[in-house]
Amino acid sequence: MSGNPVFDRIQQDLDENPVVLYMKGTPMFPQCGFSAAVVQILSDIGVKFKGIDILVDPSLREGVKQFTNWPTIPQLYVKGEFVGGCDIVREMAASGELSTLLKDKGLLS
Amino acid sequence: MQVRNLIQQKLTAGLSPERLDIVDESHRHQGHAGTSAEGESHFHIEIVSAAFEGKSAVARQRLVYDLLADELKTRIHALSLKTRTPAETKTP
Repeated sequence: MSGNPVFDRIQQDLDENPVVLYMKGTPMFPQCGFSAAVVQILSDIGVKFKGIDILVDPSLREGVKQFTNWPTIPQLYVKGEFVGGCDIVREMAASGELSTLLKDKGLLS
Repeated sequence: MQVRNLIQQKLTAGLSPERLDIVDESHRHQGHAGTSAEGESHFHIEIVSAAFEGKSAVARQRLVYDLLADELKTRIHALSLKTRTPAETKTP
């Protein structure tokens, strides 16, 4: 427990879901081009992920930025570790690094 | 001061970049959430700097985010970054 209820909630999301995307909107209806791009990449790779809409909760929107010291959304986490935002996920997808990471973690065959 | 000039000033001071391209993409996002009437809200920045040497992609972007922390809290709504070292520009 961190003493910060928002951080505890984020930690719980990360503990319960191997791939988590904090995003604007939902995977079905992204509300931002950068979030939509990451949803598309994850869908193309074929990995299951939990998309969490930060627009519905201002405390989560600020909390997730502080949690990992990263000022922008979307944010991708794999097995509790912060991977990156849209630019980094795009580059990792293009280089094949993202699939390798997911395979190494046993999340993709 | 213009946001673009502030970005230029802060990144030049903080990273001594070999190349710094700042593209204002705000016009592509007019009218949707996060755009301000003043414009200058969405930027794409390409930086080539030796300061990125030996750093992960996350660490590189954090360097930039830290230098632009004030602007990210106020004027900048979206920032897309390409961060390379001088050596990385030489390999395709």
